[in-house]
Amino acid sequence: MGEQENPITLVEAVTQALAFELNNNSEVVVFGQDIGANGGVFRATEGLQERFGAARVLDTPLAETMIAGIAVGMATQGLRPVAEFQFMGFIYPGLDHILSHAARMRNRTRGRLSCPIVYRAPYGGGIHAPEHHSESTEAIFAHIPGLRVVVPSSPARAYGLLLAAIRDPDPVLFLEPKRIYRAAKQPVPDDGAALPLDRAFVLREGSDLTLVAWGASIKETLAAAEQLSADGIEAEVIDPATLKPLDIHTIIDSLEKTRRCVVVHEAARFAGLGAEIATQIQEYAFDLLDAPVQRVTGYDTVMPYYQLEAAYMPGVARILAGARAALSYSRSPPRPTNSANVVRNGEAQP
Amino acid sequence: MHKPRLQLQASFDIAYLQYLDKQGRETQPLPEFATPDWLTLCHRQMQLARQVDDRAVKLQRTGRLGTYPSTLGQEAIGIATGNALAADDVYCPYYRETGALLERGVTIEEILAIWGGDERGQNFQHAPNDLPICIPIATQMLHAVGVAFALKQRHKQEGAPLQAAVASSGEGATSKGDFYEAMNLAGVWKLPVVFVVNNNQWAISVPRHGQTATQTIAQKAVAAGIPALQVDGNDVVAVAWAVQDALQRARNGEGPALIEAISYRLCDHTTADDASRYRSAEALEQAWQWEPIKRLDHYLREQGLWSDAKQQDLDRELAATMEAALGNWQARTPEPVTAMFDHLYAQLPEGLYEQYDQLRDEQQQGAGA
Repeated sequence: MGEQENPITLVEAVTQALAFELNNNSEVVVFGQDIGANGGVFRATEGLQERFGAARVLDTPLAETMIAGIAVGMATQGLRPVAEFQFMGFIYPGLDHILSHAARMRNRTRGRLSCPIVYRAPYGGGIHAPEHHSESTEAIFAHIPGLRVVVPSSPARAYGLLLAAIRDPDPVLFLEPKRIYRAAKQPVPDDGAALPLDRAFVLREGSDLTLVAWGASIKETLAAAEQLSADGIEAEVIDPATLKPLDIHTIIDSLEKTRRCVVVHEAARFAGLGAEIATQIQEYAFDLLDAPVQRVTGYDTVMPYYQLEAAYMPGVARILAGARAALSYSRSPPRPTNSANVVRNGEAQP
Repeated sequence: MHKPRLQLQASFDIAYLQYLDKQGRETQPLPEFATPDWLTLCHRQMQLARQVDDRAVKLQRTGRLGTYPSTLGQEAIGIATGNALAADDVYCPYYRETGALLERGVTIEEILAIWGGDERGQNFQHAPNDLPICIPIATQMLHAVGVAFALKQRHKQEGAPLQAAVASSGEGATSKGDFYEAMNLAGVWKLPVVFVVNNNQWAISVPRHGQTATQTIAQKAVAAGIPALQVDGNDVVAVAWAVQDALQRARNGEGPALIEAISYRLCDHTTADDASRYRSAEALEQAWQWEPIKRLDHYLREQGLWSDAKQQDLDRELAATMEAALGNWQARTPEPVTAMFDHLYAQLPEGLYEQYDQLRDEQQQGAGA
């Protein structure tokens, strides 16, 4: 337990959570491509096969439909499969099993069978990877009823949320922001304590502006908040962490203070999570708003090859521009619409 | 110097199994399990399946049931497969499976519920670990592989006897990647899983020769390193032997197998289909000559095990069984509309409370109006 004091990276926190749960629950099995002796292409499963054996930490053949599908069969018989897709860009052959089976097994059997599966996938851009290795398509999955979509943004949240995901009785898509796999270290006690799913985290308090972001974008969002602070503007930074189901209440609570909101995501804008969050805000808190909700996102383009990648990604400057747009917005003074208003408002008109 | 050229020189030695020929004559001595009791039970169960199919189609035609896929002419495969499975084995059925479901203890009421638009039908009361019928083609084969992994894991960790998983499908499903990926992994991990393919010659309107250039469906297993067998799918004894043998192998830890059961879909694909658009009446009439129930009936009568009097008794019994099931099904209390939320997650997420309340209120207002 002395290791507790050693700060670890996000990817090491993933490994630590997998090891904890493999050690504590014999129903947990971990499988995917190159996750055994190789420890995964990002080393997220480093040493697990050696420690827990090839019967519980398994290399699979190279077939994503299969990885998604066998997890369904395993889970219906009481196992807790944790399946790794090597990159989110290769998850789509498995979509049929995630959407048509894992997410609806409980419902279509009226609770007789269930799919406590964690589908893990590194996602997002910014690591100069080849084509298909950098997309952020969480909105596709967030649209699926019966599924949870969870994205950690720090080593501690990776550990606590992955434990919660494995223990959850329903399927979870666990998207790991690979750009920050090794971006920062923090001490993460290996105490097996899960963090709550379906709950947003307030990462920074502030009363002037609410910034909502998740995954790797948290890094730039917090940096933007610091710059705003230098200008005397205190931004509250909220990480929903569970994108589906979404904890809108924490965001609304923040808006009670700030009345202005910017949603940041790397994914394309159209029908992205920003649209859902902005819609829910206006449904629940229209009267709270002093400005339209701003979206700072990737463009509605194909994710570029890495030469143009940085231009695609929402960086600090784009977040600051969104923040300033939200902060500088002010409603035009209400125009009198009829004489009754004018009279009611006071002085007689000349 | 001789240059290697592209060539197709593989030949597959796929065995073909039959005990009763098209006229119901023994082509070889029947296996031990095929006792008079067992044969008359299969005879009964195949007729029960046909009865259920017949009534379900009629219910659909009169607007009381949704789309229904009959198993007409393929009853031997379902009955023999379901019969071969042990209670602790896990069945992963596709959607055309009346007979096998009945053998697994799924009730007629549950089958009617499924096709009558009620998810409670998939909550099999007497087959708690079996997967629900699977509609996306071939996906159930991968589920069966995962199930087989779980069964093997339980066997290794808890010392429980090794049980097996069985996935059923049509021959059209063997065109899908899921099928190849399932066989591939089952072979690599040597899992206790048996794939039973009902080769009924038609995937909706596309005939067998439009699905694959391979000579047999069975040989597709060879590339995955899995043993395979072709059987006369209208010979209930042959199917039963093949499935029992494959299951025994699987339970002995010898790995997966594939059985291609050759049959013919005497019905439309489903009640939403009209096979006369693409299938000749002559082909259909010819196929009726080797259907499975008539064949077994001939055999039983030759053996002095069946008679018109016994058939009349059975007809009465099956009709009564069907009527009782229909009565129970029609007497079911409808599910509350909020059931669509009740099993979405183990516990309804807070974010869905509002929608749940909206639906409940709409329903209450509708009921009051």
